[in-house]
Amino acid sequence: MARLNALNVERAKELIGHYPRPKSATIPLCHLAQEQDGFVTQEAMTHVAELVGCTPAEVYGTASFYEMFKFQSVGKYLVGVCTNISCMILGGDELLEHAEKKLGVRTGSTTSDGLFTLEEMECLAACTEAPCLQVNYRYRERVTHDQFDQLVDELRAGKHTNEIPAHGTVARVRQSIPSDRRASKDVF
Amino acid sequence: MPQTTKMITSRFDQPDSFTLSGYERTGGYRALRKALAMEPAAVIEEVKAATLLGRGGAGFPCGTKWGFLPPTVFPRYLVVNGDESEPGTYKDRLLMELDPHQLIEGVLICSWAIKAKQAFLYCRGEMALAQERLAQALNDAYAAGYIGKNIMGTGWDLDVVLHWGAGAYIVGEETALIESLEGNRGMPRLKPPFFPASKGLYMQPTVVNNVETLANLPWIVNNGASAFTAIGDPKAPGTRMFALSGHVNRPGVYEVDFGTTTFREMFEDPSLGGGIRNGGKVKAFIPGGASAPWFFEEHLDMALHPGPVGAAGSMLGSGAIVVFDETTDMVKAAWRIVKFFAKESCGKCSPCREGTNWLEKIYRRILDGHGRPEDIDLLMDVADNISPGLAWPPRQTTICPLGPSAASPIMSSVRRFRHEYEAYVNRGGGAT
Ligand SMILES: Cc1cc2nc3c(=O)[nH]c(=O)nc-3n(C[C@H](O)[C@H](O)[C@H](O)COP(=O)(O)O)c2cc1C
Ligand code: SF4
Ligand code: FES
Repeated sequence: MARLNALNVERAKELIGHYPRPKSATIPLCHLAQEQDGFVTQEAMTHVAELVGCTPAEVYGTASFYEMFKFQSVGKYLVGVCTNISCMILGGDELLEHAEKKLGVRTGSTTSDGLFTLEEMECLAACTEAPCLQVNYRYRERVTHDQFDQLVDELRAGKHTNEIPAHGTVARVRQSIPSDRRASKDVF
Repeated sequence: MPQTTKMITSRFDQPDSFTLSGYERTGGYRALRKALAMEPAAVIEEVKAATLLGRGGAGFPCGTKWGFLPPTVFPRYLVVNGDESEPGTYKDRLLMELDPHQLIEGVLICSWAIKAKQAFLYCRGEMALAQERLAQALNDAYAAGYIGKNIMGTGWDLDVVLHWGAGAYIVGEETALIESLEGNRGMPRLKPPFFPASKGLYMQPTVVNNVETLANLPWIVNNGASAFTAIGDPKAPGTRMFALSGHVNRPGVYEVDFGTTTFREMFEDPSLGGGIRNGGKVKAFIPGGASAPWFFEEHLDMALHPGPVGAAGSMLGSGAIVVFDETTDMVKAAWRIVKFFAKESCGKCSPCREGTNWLEKIYRRILDGHGRPEDIDLLMDVADNISPGLAWPPRQTTICPLGPSAASPIMSSVRRFRHEYEAYVNRGGGAT
């Protein structure tokens, strides 16, 4: 629970270097913080502010606008069920209700073992595959109630860890621009 | 039988479609070489001649938009809109996941044409796989000399940077996208006075284009504008990817020739929708995403063409068709879309922030069985305050079109299915 560690400071500096203005890296840096700690801590936001050259309040102001950033701990697996229009008319609400029963929590809360947080999601751009859900932003499509149960049981049993990293990590492949391939940097 | 040319989805069935070798083997980066041998102005002319209409929602001609850049102001930027989150929409994610190099080649061609200093690829935050595929593709394209310093030995330099969001529908609006890319809350800017073409990212001239729009550029450069306009309708040429969801037998993302396929073909053709489920009938459908007013039976034989669709009071928007069969509860369907807009309102202007949230509350009251007879007109009245006259194209009392979008499902459902609202109100007595 803290500031960005040394490795993430290196990554942060590389990200900042991708932009003509450092503040543009705010969202990617908040993702780094969330990847490190599972949610975005106050200390990390202060650190991000130092790195991009603004106030911690500005970082919080930005981060708090966006749904994906969490400011308190959530489960290892964030299960988000889409209930928007295309999913709703093909069983999205029922799937969410079933998920509440299976996990034993209400939407928006976390199981007592800290493994799952259940969320209702807006359209995930998988509307033709309704009803659908994401676990840590990895898709499961045309999900039946049985398939949902199986997924939860498998995650509890420690399966899928190769495909689905713990909450906080979104993409595991990072863009990296070798210094000798870089176009000249913009100077303002 | 509808015409279906595979222009931008041609590699989707190929197992290595997302790799550099898979892309190069199927003609990839040939268009870039060709474009770099042309003057930038000539590339713009070619794209103008192709009448490539923007695929992000507004359908504005792409070459014309590029022409709005003030000729002497530099640096300029290209921002790629990959924030896809309009309910019903599913195409940009596929283009990013399955053919990232095609998009990158389009980004490079556009950047060359508009003399951009740098390009930013803004991918929606929730799309983990798309971000991974794009990051890998960018790394490979840098290493292969397609991006960065001295591109393909021509002396041209350009950086393409992957940026990603963190969950907010409104960020898809181009000025909110720019705010977000500057590290701010994703709140739209008032336009006019400034449009991105004159003052966009860092208040410099900026082109914002949708993923699908840019994915068309390699094909156009390779085959020429006249080959492009020969496909589809001359006023809406090329192809478009439509996400067909809801109560059809074969929901899916289909690339069809633009402007010629009809809704009926889309829903019924065995290679497309394959008919309404359970042999049922269409009650209503959304032709272009949650923001679009609904269509009904009488619109089935209309072509998926922005001209007639616009004249009939709706839009093709982001290519998102949602089909409702006769079993659908129209009050609930409208409520779900209004709830979405209420939740996603950025809060910058009061008609949208307050209006959408009150609308959602009134809907809940009706659905819960506590609706009053006057609530039906109240819905229309509040919607009218956000979008005066409830007309098409919508007028707005707001900073951006999100607020007026909430009026679409309301006016469509109240005008057509008022009896369903009345049934709720008359039933009363709390939730059933
Ligand atoms: C509320 C709102 C949300 C939008 N969301 C998107 C989006 O997710 N993706 C997109 O490409 N365009 C979206 N747009 C349209 C963009 O503002 C812009 O017109 C488009 O990206 C321009 O690209 P094009 O000319 O290539 O279509 C949205 C517009 C509004 C008003
Ligand atoms: S219309 Fe809504 S989303 Fe658009 S600027 Fe106003 S409050 Fe924000
Ligand atoms: S409505 Fe559920 S993914 Fe689009």
